[in-house]
Formats: sequence, C-alpha cells, structure tokens
Amino acid sequence: MDARIGIRNTKSILFKGLIVFLAFVITLPLIVVLLYIIKQGIFQVNWHFLTHVPAPVGETGGGISNALVGSLIIVLMSSVVAIPVGILSGIYLSENPHTKLAYYSGLCVDILQGVPSIVVGIVVYFWIVKPLGTFSAISGSIALAIMMLPIVIRSTEQTLRLLPPSLKEAALSLGVPYHRVILKVIVPCGFAGILSGIMLSIARIIGETAPLLFTAFGNPYLTTAITKPMETLPHLIYTYATSPYDDWHNLAWGASFILLMFVLILNIFTKLITRKWNIQL
Amino acid sequence: MTKNKRLDLSYTQMKWETVFRRILVIMSVLLLLLVVGILITLIVQSMPSIKSLGIGFLWGKIWDPVSNIYGAYPFLIGTLLTSFTALLISVPFSYAISIYLGEYNPKGWLSNLLKNSIELIAAVPSIIYGFWGLFVLVPVIRTFEAKIHIAPYGVGIFTSSLVLAVMIIPYAASLGITLIRMVPSPLKEGAYALGATRFEVIRSVIMPYTRSGLFAGVLLSLGRALGETMAVTMLIGNTSTIANSFKEIFFGPGNTMASVIANEFTEADHTVYLSALIELGLVLFFVTVIINLIGKRIITKFTNH
Repeated sequence: MDARIGIRNTKSILFKGLIVFLAFVITLPLIVVLLYIIKQGIFQVNWHFLTHVPAPVGETGGGISNALVGSLIIVLMSSVVAIPVGILSGIYLSENPHTKLAYYSGLCVDILQGVPSIVVGIVVYFWIVKPLGTFSAISGSIALAIMMLPIVIRSTEQTLRLLPPSLKEAALSLGVPYHRVILKVIVPCGFAGILSGIMLSIARIIGETAPLLFTAFGNPYLTTAITKPMETLPHLIYTYATSPYDDWHNLAWGASFILLMFVLILNIFTKLITRKWNIQL
Repeated sequence: MTKNKRLDLSYTQMKWETVFRRILVIMSVLLLLLVVGILITLIVQSMPSIKSLGIGFLWGKIWDPVSNIYGAYPFLIGTLLTSFTALLISVPFSYAISIYLGEYNPKGWLSNLLKNSIELIAAVPSIIYGFWGLFVLVPVIRTFEAKIHIAPYGVGIFTSSLVLAVMIIPYAASLGITLIRMVPSPLKEGAYALGATRFEVIRSVIMPYTRSGLFAGVLLSLGRALGETMAVTMLIGNTSTIANSFKEIFFGPGNTMASVIANEFTEADHTVYLSALIELGLVLFFVTVIINLIGKRIITKFTNH
C-alpha cells in the first residue's frame, strides 16, 4: 500500500519536473536569437547607418535610411486605411452580434486572420500592381492593411463587448444620439483596448516581408514617391541576408536589430497599456 | 423660434444617426467583399493553369518551368513534411507550457515572465528567425549531417521544421493556458479529495476536460506553419526536384508551396507558369482557411459550454 502511494507520488513529481523543464527550455531559442541579433546588430548602428542609403558592393559603410523611411511611410499609410475601417467594423460586430451580416463579417475576419501573408501579396499584385504597371508603396500598404484589419477588428469588438451595457443605456436615456453615444462614450471607454490592438497589429505588420515581395518590392535608393517601388526594413533584411557579401550581411544585421527593437518596444508598450487598464486580449 | 432651432438640431442629429449606422453596415459589407474578392481573384487568375493542367497538377512529380512541365507534388510534400514535423516537435512544448502556466503556476512574476516570453516568440518577425537560422543553425545542422553521413546541405526541410517548430509554439500555448485555467476547480478538488496526486488530476481531469480545446490550439499552430513563408524560404534550400528516399527528402533541400511562390512569382514569365503558382496559392488559401475555421469553431464551442 505505502509503496504504491510512493510510486504515485514519485510519478507526480517526475511529471512536474518534466513539465517545468519543457516549459522553460523553450525560452532558450528565443534568448539565443535575441542575444545573437543584438550582438551582431548593435555595433552596426550609428548616426551614419541611420541616415545613409546602402553602399554598393565593395564599398564599406552605408546605411538603411531608405528602408527606415519606406517602412515608416508604408506602415503609416496602411494604418490610415486599416484603423478606421477596422474600428468601425469592430463597432458593428460588437453592437449587432446577432444579425446575419455580423455572422458573415465575423466569419470573414476569421478567414482573413488565417490567410497566409504570401497569398495577400499575390492578390494585391493583381489588384494594384498590375493595373498601375509598376510595383509601388501604395500596393504594399494595401497588402499590409489587409493583414492589419482582423487584429484591429477583433480587439475593438472584444473590448467594446466587455463594457457594461449600463454605460450605453445611461447615455441613450439622456437623449444622446446613437452615433454620439458610440463615438463619445463607448469608444473612449474602450480606448485603451482598441489602442493596444492597433499597436499589436502594427508590431505584426512592421516585420511582414512576404506580402511586400510582389507589391512594394524594394528600392536601393531613398524615395518618398508612393507610386514607385519602396524599400522596407524586412525586405531589406531579406535581400541583403541572402546576398553573398559580408558588408551586406552586416547591413542586414543592423537592420534586424532595429526592426527587433521596434517590435519589442511596441510589444512592451502594449503590455503596459493592457496591464494599466487591465484588459484581456 | 428657439423651439424650431432645437427641432432642426435634432433633425440633423437624427440624420447623422442614420448615416453613422449606414457607415457601420458598409464597413462590414466591405469585409465580405474583401474576402470574396480575394477568393475570386485567386480562382480567376489560376484558371489558365486549372484549364491546361487539370487536377493532375496536384500530383505531377516534376516542376520544370523551362520545359513547361508543372507538378505540385514536390511542394505538397515539402509543405506537409515541414509543417507536421514542426507540429510534432512543438506539441510537447506547447502542452507543457499550457499545463505549467495553466495549472502549476498560474500567478506571480515567474509565470508572467514566462508567459510574456512565449508571446514574444510570436512577436519576433519571421524574417529574423530566417536570418538567424541561415547563419547560426544551418552550419550546426551541416556538421550534424556530416556526422551521421548524409549529404551536408545544412539547409533543407529538417532545418526549416526546427525553426518553424519554435515559431508556432505560442499559438497553441497561449490558447492552452487560457483553457486549462478555465477548468472548474470543483472538478479538480473532487479528484484531490479522492486522493488523486497532481499528475493524476492533470491526466484524468484536466486533460479530458480540455482535450478538444487543446486540439484546436494545435490546429491554429498548423495553420500558421502551413502558410509561413519567409523563414522557410530562407532555410529550405529551394529545390523543386524531389529525391528518391525519405531520408534524402527529409534532410535535403526542398520547397514548400509558400516558398516556391515567394521565389518564382516575380520571375514567372508566361501565363501558365504564373497561373500555376497562383493555383498553389489557392490551394494554400483553402487549406489554411479550413484548418483555421475548424479550430475557431472548436474554440467557440468549448468556451460556450
């Protein structure tokens, strides 16, 4: 009898050991990747690196200003498209959860969330790049906006659903028109949740490469023309990482470091916001 | 006078109310149109290849655009092999994380730290995993392959699966944590009261209760793995020929559907070639969407009951 209890207890302890081991060992690859990128990238970054375009093969120096500016412009343009559309659809979904339209739109959000990013690239290629006849920053922004939408919609919907209905009822009973109730009462109350959804979506798309391969394409020169090909950070990393030159690899390490920092900072900010307002996403 | 003005004001407000409601509806219809548009574009653009290559395209073993022969078999195999290998490697870890953070240690700083690190794994862009893999993991794998006496490519299906496995863990894990925390404590307490050990509670109460939900998490991970492009493209070696023995396929270079699209889309110089690539995209779209929807369905069912 005692022996069996002993065996069962040992089993339990061994199992716990295994679980703890597996759960913690998986942070190792993350730590290794982060440290390696930081080690390789941090010494590449200086003022010259941030303000110059990549140097041609054989020359040392050069920077990634074209990709920084490009990423900024493209992410800004996709946000301008995706944030209003996303918030408004999210409001619709949370306000009318039982209509047929809401069911199908919700389904579409789920589908959009599952679409592989490369497929988005193909589709936008046929929608915008082909009619315009050239790769362009606009097409890249549209592709990224499509990737952003489901995240913004879901976070808006879920945040607004958690708000107590009494808020809305109180405002409506005072005679406030519906659109003002939503825009002046409901959305401000859920602002933190919506904001953290937006930041998460930006953190997500800023590192997306696949949809940009056939849309924004890339450009070795600094440009702000949105109807022309434009370089972005992840695309620059892809091109230079797969090149055979050491100087270019160094450039790509530096760019990876900067991209990683962007993503980390955005994620930490989101964490702080969600913790302060106690939001579950 | 003042009364009229007030009435006018409320009329404008009412007008705005209707406009606002309409905008909300239009935005949601826009979503429908977007998804339908994606589907139609993919189908229309892959028509030339569907017409000229037929259904045999899917199991044609040779992909040779130069002589106009297109078969998707190498990519199907590549995609399935990388995804399922990655899934096999990742499942023990994501289950362990779910159990640890859901049951053993649901609160406190250590738990938060671990949970945030897991979420960080998903936040790191795939291009960075690819870049790191290319310069750090590939040489390691190459030495390993030389040691076990197979052609030391370094890049290949095995290497991609390893990186992919790490990348997809968060998707199953974060869902699993939430679900395991939802197990009602009376169930667990009942089992403890009967003298069950912690392991027995997990095995016979928590696991059966959350099985379908954990499976849904694995499906979400699989959906991610199938569609993942950049890290795989950089690590898989990009060969469209398929080797003869399983060992050579598994450790040698290959291609997935996503990676062949990424590599050859801008080079595709005639209609059928381009269209064949888009058909691959269409297949990928259907598979990932179906897997995702099934996963989501299971989750909704689970959280409602």
